[in-house]
Amino acid sequence: MADSTGGDTHDPSRRDFLYVAAAGLGAVGTVGFVWPLVDQMNPSQDVLALSSIEVDLSGIEVGQSITVSWRGKPVFIRHRTEAEIAKAKDVAMADLPDPEGDDVRAEKPQWLVLVGVCTHLGCVPLGQAGEYNGWFCPCHGSHYDTSGRIRKGPAPTNLPVPKYVFLDDNNIKIG
Amino acid sequence: MSGHSSFQTNNPVLKWIEYRLPIFGFINDSLVVYPTPKNLNYWWNMGSLAGMMLVLQIITGIVLAMHYTPHADMAFASTEHIMRDVNYGWLLRYMHANGGSMFFIVVYIHIFRGMYYGSYKEPRELLWWLGIIIFILMMATAFMGYVLPWGQMSFWGATVITNLFSAVPLVGEEIVAWLWGGFAVDQPTLNRFYSLHYLLPFVIFAVVFVHLWALHVHKSNNPLGIDIKGPQDTIPFHPYYTVKDLYGMGIFGIIFALLLFFAPNLLGEPDNYIPANPLVTPTHIVPEWYFLPFYAILRAIPDKLFGVIAMFASIFILFALPWLDTSKVRSARFRPVYKMLFWAFFLNCFVLGYLGAKPPEGIFIVIGRLSTALYFLFFLVLPFIGWFERPRKLPESIATAVLESSGDDGGGGGAPDAAAAKAEDRG
Repeated sequence: MADSTGGDTHDPSRRDFLYVAAAGLGAVGTVGFVWPLVDQMNPSQDVLALSSIEVDLSGIEVGQSITVSWRGKPVFIRHRTEAEIAKAKDVAMADLPDPEGDDVRAEKPQWLVLVGVCTHLGCVPLGQAGEYNGWFCPCHGSHYDTSGRIRKGPAPTNLPVPKYVFLDDNNIKIG
Repeated sequence: MSGHSSFQTNNPVLKWIEYRLPIFGFINDSLVVYPTPKNLNYWWNMGSLAGMMLVLQIITGIVLAMHYTPHADMAFASTEHIMRDVNYGWLLRYMHANGGSMFFIVVYIHIFRGMYYGSYKEPRELLWWLGIIIFILMMATAFMGYVLPWGQMSFWGATVITNLFSAVPLVGEEIVAWLWGGFAVDQPTLNRFYSLHYLLPFVIFAVVFVHLWALHVHKSNNPLGIDIKGPQDTIPFHPYYTVKDLYGMGIFGIIFALLLFFAPNLLGEPDNYIPANPLVTPTHIVPEWYFLPFYAILRAIPDKLFGVIAMFASIFILFALPWLDTSKVRSARFRPVYKMLFWAFFLNCFVLGYLGAKPPEGIFIVIGRLSTALYFLFFLVLPFIGWFERPRKLPESIATAVLESSGDDGGGGGAPDAAAAKAEDRG
């Protein structure tokens, strides 16, 4: 013991190890403490539990649309007319800023399901308006066609189609 | 605050800032080279722990406020929402609720430390006062925070404590209605308590800074209770006390974690998991543990007004302590009579705490009154002790006492041997 007085100060590797170990453990502890503070702002379990809804389509006549709320956002469900379907299918891919076929976007051609949030900055577009008689966003003038695809204006991509399945002929489950 | 700083740098950016805002010098002077008595023991860790707890309470509180709804119909449900749905919500809420208890434990030790070593005496009277103000603000904050989950104990605790003010002559009822914003504890009460519960911690934070400002004028007291006479009596705060404080935080963190993860409801009341019901009072209502001694004093007096006065007096009498204590000697180490009296007072506080949790009946009433009398008796006899007590001889200075390693700490051997042994221990 007697000759060990102050000995560790002459052994840099041992001292460095202590510094690094202490700082490393402190960093691990800090991350462990900070992560719950960050993660608490992520969607909570009850919010995640509301992430799918079922919609009855039987009351929607041809040419009518309804807007339902899914995850706090509007979802447009449109019973399209023959004219709208024909117009949506009869487009050259080269004319589309975000090329996507109508058959990909609508599982059954008469039913179009869209997340009604403009892909530019998040406003809700107006239905059956704009130069393509699809949707038109009043905020910054984005025009969408009868398939909900962007045709003109600042929005970069088509209105997204949410994940949905037909439970039977008249009921769909979104999410 | 302290004139010229010893802070030196060659970094041009730091120099540029320092010339305009001497913040690095301030940090250097108050946390790095800050001269601290070299003989502080572990009871001096409580200040930094209390500061840490305040910051932790503010952080977890801000986060909880993101999920809590201060509405009579939704407060209880939103608290359960935090516990069940919010990511890590259980951890954050338990940390906040138990953090309040840990904060009080640390602050109570801090106060008793100050009393034992005479830290309230000249020239630290205002430092002591600021501490009591922090303590009172803490109690107000904790009380209002306990109301927020809107369980049965929240509701009836709020009812009982606000009703204390109905004891005020003439305008009591009006004051209570004003506190409530109605004819009973209800939505307006909850909403204002939430607002103030959010505000007060920041007021505490500000008072803590003034507390530290006052502390840094005459520096820390020490176990010997004698003044710093020169540089030989002190060591720089960093690294000696930064490391000691961090070590204390580690030990404290382990104890906190045990409570938090293994017994998070140990200090809570099961009744608070029943939603508030304004029509039914729980059969046995008690405040949180940190209020129990004062609650016992309230109930010991068989008169509404005087019970309330006694309870408030038991806290406010602390303001008079620096003048009630007439002895010039600070530390109880050198005051045989005060030392006994202190420990009697200390134990009596636990007795009061125990009684505060018991129903006010039978023998508990008798002991409660006796204990309350003893509590105040301490402050009444204190002035006289200073006159007849013969204090033990004070050491010449901190430095000589440390080098002699006097028998007071139980250090063995003669003076030179003990000094040598100390040097060896550090190896």
